[in-house]
Amino acid sequence: MRIECKHVWEHISAYIDNDVDPKLRAEIDRHLETCEICSAVLDSTRNVVILVADDRVFELPAGFSERLHARIDTELEEQSGPHLQT
Amino acid sequence: MTLPGLELEAEYIRRVLAGEKHLFHDLIRPCERSIYFLLFSLLKNETEAEDVAQETVIKVYQNLDKFRGDSQFRTWVLSIARNEGLGRLRKIGNRREDSLDAETDEQGGDFTPAILTSWREIPADALQQKELGAILRKAIERLPEIYRNVVLLRDIEEMDIRETAAALGISETSVKVRLHRARAMLQRSLAPQLKEFAPKRKRWFGGRV
Repeated sequence: MRIECKHVWEHISAYIDNDVDPKLRAEIDRHLETCEICSAVLDSTRNVVILVADDRVFELPAGFSERLHARIDTELEEQSGPHLQT
Repeated sequence: MTLPGLELEAEYIRRVLAGEKHLFHDLIRPCERSIYFLLFSLLKNETEAEDVAQETVIKVYQNLDKFRGDSQFRTWVLSIARNEGLGRLRKIGNRREDSLDAETDEQGGDFTPAILTSWREIPADALQQKELGAILRKAIERLPEIYRNVVLLRDIEEMDIRETAAALGISETSVKVRLHRARAMLQRSLAPQLKEFAPKRKRWFGGRV
């Protein structure tokens, strides 16, 4: 039985994460073979996931790490630190 | 992102607690990005996020002896970051309406994808262009907070479902549902814009416009 587009959309995210059971996956694959709209939705969603994961999209502010570690150094010098393990 | 192996992590923690304090730098380094972006997601302000990130790291150091090792170190660190961030939000009285709405509205919203057939290529090279990065950041910043958190940890910091759930204090099912909706919202807002960045030849020869 052919599943509907809307049914495919509901599982797009899990499909991308490889988190759908094999039977449903096979049904979705069959649907995608003939449905250009759903395969475009899948491709574009997957592309969005890939793009946002790119380190160039979200960069730490310049000098963030240096300032953080300088702060840690100050703390290490000032405090006796966490309780020593016995 | 490379995380120190669990054994190495446990070893570092033991040694910091035993007095080799300088090793704390190496222990926290793999968590820095996640701490900052989780806080930026909550606070939506670079200066506040950086300030609370520093507070978080100091708190982690001071409480290191309380880490029991029953979750990943980064998960524990992120739950401290989240608490610190929520504390800061309460302090500045700036808890945004969108997050309050979204928390009581798990069912609402339109998650129908944008229908398009002309953009398929991953315009990875286009990321060299500052404009594309800005479009992506803006789309994520516009998501309601409960969705933004999940996208940040799962898709940007590439944590698994379980770790994301533990860091945010929600169930794995909620992570999956929110992730699905967040990705659908992003696809809807981004796909039509990103189409412009796809290689041009695709549109000339692809036959689909």
